[in-house]
Amino acid sequence: MNNVSDAHAEHAHHPTGWRRYLYSTNHKDIGNMYLIFAIIAGLIGGTMSMIIRTELATPGDDILGGNYHLFNTLVTGHGLIMVFFLIMPALIGGFGNWFVPLMIGAPDMAFPRMNNISFWLLPPALGLLIISMFVEGPPGSNGVGGGWTIYPPLSSVAGHPGPAVDFAILSLHLAGASSILGAINFITTIFNMRAPGMTMHKMPLFVWSILVTVFLLLLSLPVLAGAITMLLTDRNFGTTFFDASGGGDPVLFQHLFWFFGHPEVYVLILPAFGIISQVVSTFSRKPVFGYMAMAYAMVAIGGIGFVVWAHHMYTVGMNVDMKAYFLAATMVIAVPTGVKIFSWVATMWGGSIEFKTPMLWAIGFIFVFTVGGVTGVVLSNAGVDVALHDTYYVVAHFHYTMSLGALFGVFCGFYYWFGKMSGRVYSEFLGKLHFWLTFIGVNLIFFPQHFLGLAGMPRRYADYPDAFAGWNMVSSIGAYISFSGVIVFLIMLAHAFMRKERCADNPWGPSATTLEWTLSSPPPFHQFNTLPWIK
Amino acid sequence: MCCISQYRNLLAGALAATAFFLITGGVAVAETPVNWQLGFPPAASPIMEQLNGFHNMLLVIITLIAGFVLALLLFIMLRFNSRANPTPSTTTHNTPLEVVWTVIPVLILVAIAIPSFRLLYAADVVPEADMTLKLTGNQWFWNIEYPDQDQLTYDITMLEDADRPADAPRLLAVDNDIVVPVDTTIRMQVTSVDVIHAFALPAMGVKIDAIPGHLNETWFKATREGVFYGQCSELCGARHAFMPTAVKVVSKEEFSKWIEEAKVKYASRPAPPAIGLASVSMDR
Repeated sequence: MNNVSDAHAEHAHHPTGWRRYLYSTNHKDIGNMYLIFAIIAGLIGGTMSMIIRTELATPGDDILGGNYHLFNTLVTGHGLIMVFFLIMPALIGGFGNWFVPLMIGAPDMAFPRMNNISFWLLPPALGLLIISMFVEGPPGSNGVGGGWTIYPPLSSVAGHPGPAVDFAILSLHLAGASSILGAINFITTIFNMRAPGMTMHKMPLFVWSILVTVFLLLLSLPVLAGAITMLLTDRNFGTTFFDASGGGDPVLFQHLFWFFGHPEVYVLILPAFGIISQVVSTFSRKPVFGYMAMAYAMVAIGGIGFVVWAHHMYTVGMNVDMKAYFLAATMVIAVPTGVKIFSWVATMWGGSIEFKTPMLWAIGFIFVFTVGGVTGVVLSNAGVDVALHDTYYVVAHFHYTMSLGALFGVFCGFYYWFGKMSGRVYSEFLGKLHFWLTFIGVNLIFFPQHFLGLAGMPRRYADYPDAFAGWNMVSSIGAYISFSGVIVFLIMLAHAFMRKERCADNPWGPSATTLEWTLSSPPPFHQFNTLPWIK
Repeated sequence: MCCISQYRNLLAGALAATAFFLITGGVAVAETPVNWQLGFPPAASPIMEQLNGFHNMLLVIITLIAGFVLALLLFIMLRFNSRANPTPSTTTHNTPLEVVWTVIPVLILVAIAIPSFRLLYAADVVPEADMTLKLTGNQWFWNIEYPDQDQLTYDITMLEDADRPADAPRLLAVDNDIVVPVDTTIRMQVTSVDVIHAFALPAMGVKIDAIPGHLNETWFKATREGVFYGQCSELCGARHAFMPTAVKVVSKEEFSKWIEEAKVKYASRPAPPAIGLASVSMDR
């Protein structure tokens, strides 16, 4: 390939040392920074969840010593960090940046400088969030204890007079701006920079998944930005958007938040869908089954995702016909989701499956996502949701889709592309050990939480009645097993970078058909200086 | 604190509770969750009865679906691994199959939707009520008001360990129960004075947010006597986990007796100040 030598010619022009990263306009360098950022943020958010599970292992005050606001702060931080600083940077910023240009045969993203600012807004955003944990929230305590949903009036001056919430709001503003800029960049890149012959209907499903995802971000994040700006002015400039005593309404915030929040949860899962499609096809040695249905199922999920938001608010006292509408609309999502599950199964059917580490994560994903999906159908029923709303059943449901679903997608993509990105070879043994520890651990954490929720244990509780002790202990044991999986992951990384073995250009064989496998591992600094022609 | 001695399995616990209830007859039995409980609490209202039945149906459907996908995956892993099937097929389409796996889920959802709407409308539309209660959330206790009973009102605060009798459940028992008569339709109006709280009564299938500036309405009709606990179900600050409510369902005769006693007992408390706009605006 002559683009390798072309790249060499340009090698002298790009900055080196710290400037290479701070000034970076290269999608692969930026992708790497996103992935490293996500790992660091994930370790912080994961540590918080370990503290939470340790506190909840037995009834009564444990390691937090009765500091219940600190518990709420950890719950808030865990949620915000995992959503905004682990899953999104890893799937969209990391894998999206790396592989959207490679898969569509583009030399880089459409707006490389904008790509740089998209990434560099994130560390200050995380910084502000961490600062918020150390400044006053409620009188006499530090940090935001309002949950990631920051509902007023708890997050208004009434509940949190100190500046902690303001720091958190500014953090979300920066993270949101970063994502909106990234979304514009991806849309422009995918629409305009496809190689000759790469029509929309030939794009790999991962590119489709990112396209749908960034449209959701572009349309939903401004609504969040509006809501939290109104909260900011309520807090600081005497407005009363969310204060009933001034003609406002606390429930308005919930509508605005969830108009963003529901598409946001699809933002987290859709890129994982894309990765799973690539991996299942590669390791089954078969093309994707039902490509068009798979692509348009994601478009449908994205579209319907905008009209179901109030199913998060069945208990606010909205009128019954409104609940009936949101019930029906929410159920509809199960149809395109079912199409995806069955198409993955059909892709494997008749295949010649190799159980490499990425494929284990993919099969694990299909199962746990099915479990998270069917409990979603249960929760969609407004009548039943009244019993389950704000209980651990909901916690179990969304962790089955996020912590098991989206995160399995992250690891699936990480092992699939690790060789391509780093040029190194990971240890299959350590990768599989990581998978099994995580799979067993997270199921132990979250499956019993369904029982706790049905029995009535409310979420975001720093302490619980003694009758919930048994399943909470099981859940905490599962948390420690999962965390040992994280340690194996870090060992796997260190081991891969220490060993001498180098990754082939295409380690997965002829069924890895996307364009990134035609390049060297790692790819040259600039690729496709001569655009590939797609038949 | 940890109560290994109390570890019982769900069935035994539920049976014991039921048996105890049958033996003791009218005496109010505290109905708490039991350790290792797997499902909903035993229903104590017609709506919870209906909710429980509908959820049982859902549980069968979702278990079958998840089991079906799991079985497919296991079969595929055995039958179509690279050793068992060295040559992969090249099938990428099967339109009839794709139609089937779109239409069948639609039919299943329709089958779910019909009883779901029935439950939703049954639970949500407040019937003609025999009695009205007003519950107000505060950080971190509740205030109950009986507007039909000379504005009888009192606060409901969790019992701290020092004040709690040995048989009262930790984090659930309160100083003053909400007392209601059995077989009576009770309209519950719920609001809050500070941040959002939520009133929950799992055994009756009730949960409704207490929102400042809103007056939310729900209802329940207890079908048997007992003490039923609920915990605040919307994050409301540091002591969110420590503002339970207890609803004590008694016979109608016992209720009339209690209400007369209560009017005397709680009358000694200073009457709550009338809600004046001036005092609200002074706070801000």
